Amino acid sequence: MCATCGCGAGNHDHPHAIVGAGLSAVHSPRWSQARIVRIERDILAKNDTLAAANRLRLRAADVFALNFVSSPGSGKTSLLVRTITDVHSRRPIAVIEGDQQTSLDADRIRAAGAPAVQLNTGNGCHLDAQMVAESIDDLSLIPGSLLFIENVGNLVCPAAFDLGEAHKVVVLSVTEGEDKPLKYPNMFAAADLMLLNKTDLLPHLEFDMQACVAAARRVNPNIDILPVSARTGLGLGAFYEWIESRRLSCASSMHVRQRTDGYNALAIE
Amino acid sequence: MHEMSLLESIIEVVEDEHRKQPFGRVRMIRVKLGALAMVEPDSLRFCFAIIAGGSVAEGARLEIDTVSGAGWCEDCCTHVTLTARYGPCPGCGGARLRMTAGNELQLTEIEVE
Repeated sequence: MCATCGCGAGNHDHPHAIVGAGLSAVHSPRWSQARIVRIERDILAKNDTLAAANRLRLRAADVFALNFVSSPGSGKTSLLVRTITDVHSRRPIAVIEGDQQTSLDADRIRAAGAPAVQLNTGNGCHLDAQMVAESIDDLSLIPGSLLFIENVGNLVCPAAFDLGEAHKVVVLSVTEGEDKPLKYPNMFAAADLMLLNKTDLLPHLEFDMQACVAAARRVNPNIDILPVSARTGLGLGAFYEWIESRRLSCASSMHVRQRTDGYNALAIE
Repeated sequence: MHEMSLLESIIEVVEDEHRKQPFGRVRMIRVKLGALAMVEPDSLRFCFAIIAGGSVAEGARLEIDTVSGAGWCEDCCTHVTLTARYGPCPGCGGARLRMTAGNELQLTEIEVE
């Protein structure tokens, strides 16, 4: 008979964990060898590690990467196409396009003359650092070039996933309303630049530019804001200047550090 | 928001741990979740069984410890409770508010056999 639960030995119809060993071993339906394993790990740690590796790799290759985020239909792809048309001949641009389905956006980018990789996330609502790492493998990156990553159109999820970019650029079109930064604060807090797109439509809208700027600054006092129109080209000169100045400050923050273990490690400060 | 991918990351960490120190069934997974971390606990619970199925954590239960939002206001030098992620200090209205809790997204422990 089982000394612990009292049932007939060899005739158990419930599972018994064996506790202890040898002659002192007992089996018990109530007392199993469950134990607690402490882990204490950030759930996004793996993505953050991969993103840091991407960042190091891009900087070592002298490639300046921007992660464009917005809701669907803000004009991200039109903005990139226009930028490629204006800038690509003097500053080469490569593009990683993220969408749930289709290669329509990558086709538009290639038609504008820049190399593009299309990522389809399927059910995914955002790009992650692993996807970007694999796409970088597929692009031959030219030193001194720009890498534009067009994230999935979504103002929520992409905010949490670092891809290894130098900056997140949030694109907000004036047709979306000036209160978007307050409704989706995480995205505007994560971005370093807000492009207010489709400003050529302002005469037809009741869009309060000052209220929009105030809303963005409320969630992110340090955010740069530039009004642009991808259709007419208005304000894009300032955007190109912003890219150049940020690219320079990004490159100057990198130096090679001599490590005591003999490796030359690329350090980023 | 992206609860499915977060759950996939959780299961990945558990499977990594399983490779490091073999154990049997996973009975419970405990996560620490900030109230302002942009993650819906109900969605996590809803998707958990689907994502855990077929992994070492199949059949485990998910325990969520919620951490309330808190901050330190550098204008009025006060610890304040936060119910929103951005915006002015709920005490003095100042803008120099630093979030000190509520952004947690951590796998804390698992119970295994």
